[in-house]
Amino acid sequence: MTDTETKELQAKEKTQVATPAEQTMPGIVFTPAVDIFETDKEITLLADIPGVEAKNLNIDLRDDTLTFTGVIEPFEGPDEEDILIEYEVGSYYRQFTLSEVIDQSKIDAQLNDGVLRLHLPKVEKATPRQITVKTG
Amino acid sequence: MILRRIHYPTFNLRSTFEELERMRSEMDRLFGQATGSILSRPAAGVFPLINLTEDKEKFYVRAELPGVKADELNISATGKNLTISGERKIASRGNDVRYHRREREAGKFSRAIALPGDVEVDNVEASLVNGVLTVSVPKAEAVKPKQINVK
Repeated sequence: MTDTETKELQAKEKTQVATPAEQTMPGIVFTPAVDIFETDKEITLLADIPGVEAKNLNIDLRDDTLTFTGVIEPFEGPDEEDILIEYEVGSYYRQFTLSEVIDQSKIDAQLNDGVLRLHLPKVEKATPRQITVKTG
Repeated sequence: MILRRIHYPTFNLRSTFEELERMRSEMDRLFGQATGSILSRPAAGVFPLINLTEDKEKFYVRAELPGVKADELNISATGKNLTISGERKIASRGNDVRYHRREREAGKFSRAIALPGDVEVDNVEASLVNGVLTVSVPKAEAVKPKQINVK
């Protein structure tokens, strides 16, 4: 099943991280656009982080706080001069608090075409057992 | 200063200069008119946003297109004009999912850009790596800078 909507994409400027008070990364840091959705079994997170290579992506889950950081390596040639600059290039940073208990050992991350896909499976709850009381 | 205290309560380790610089950028951010940085930039307002650079040999057109596959992208060059069009598709998740955030958008796009000099249309190359499109357009022989030897 695919989306049938064919609306025009609007140009959006990237949002800079609002409170860089504790920032230790050099350069500009952006908040990537994300989709987060949940089924009974897992939470899936999709984030647009164009330009980040897999080796420069850092995902960290500590207690219930999920943090991911993507650092961009400069890719322009040494003698390139700017003519028109409409977007800035910078790192990505975003942090979430997860409400459900996540099975940390089964977290799976993929990076394809600049989109990070993070599967966060929930801990399997113990199946409720019916206990029969014997008389005798 | 009261405002600053609210925003940065643990702000006493940095030097005065850094504090002034931070204050300036914070003010710029609040008033939405950062000096020479991202907020004041005039953009065409058409997706995708484009960065155009050049070196002696080529023009480079770059655009961020995360989640767009190479075969969903259409690039054509006519004279000095370059057109980038395509569609960004986001698969639907069905009805049994609950969304917490939905910020990514899908849709069609088309962007035309006029290059500032004559180019060799036949040798345009495009690559899509990690969601970043790079189109390199060789400059026409006549526009390339020539080294002139002084006798």
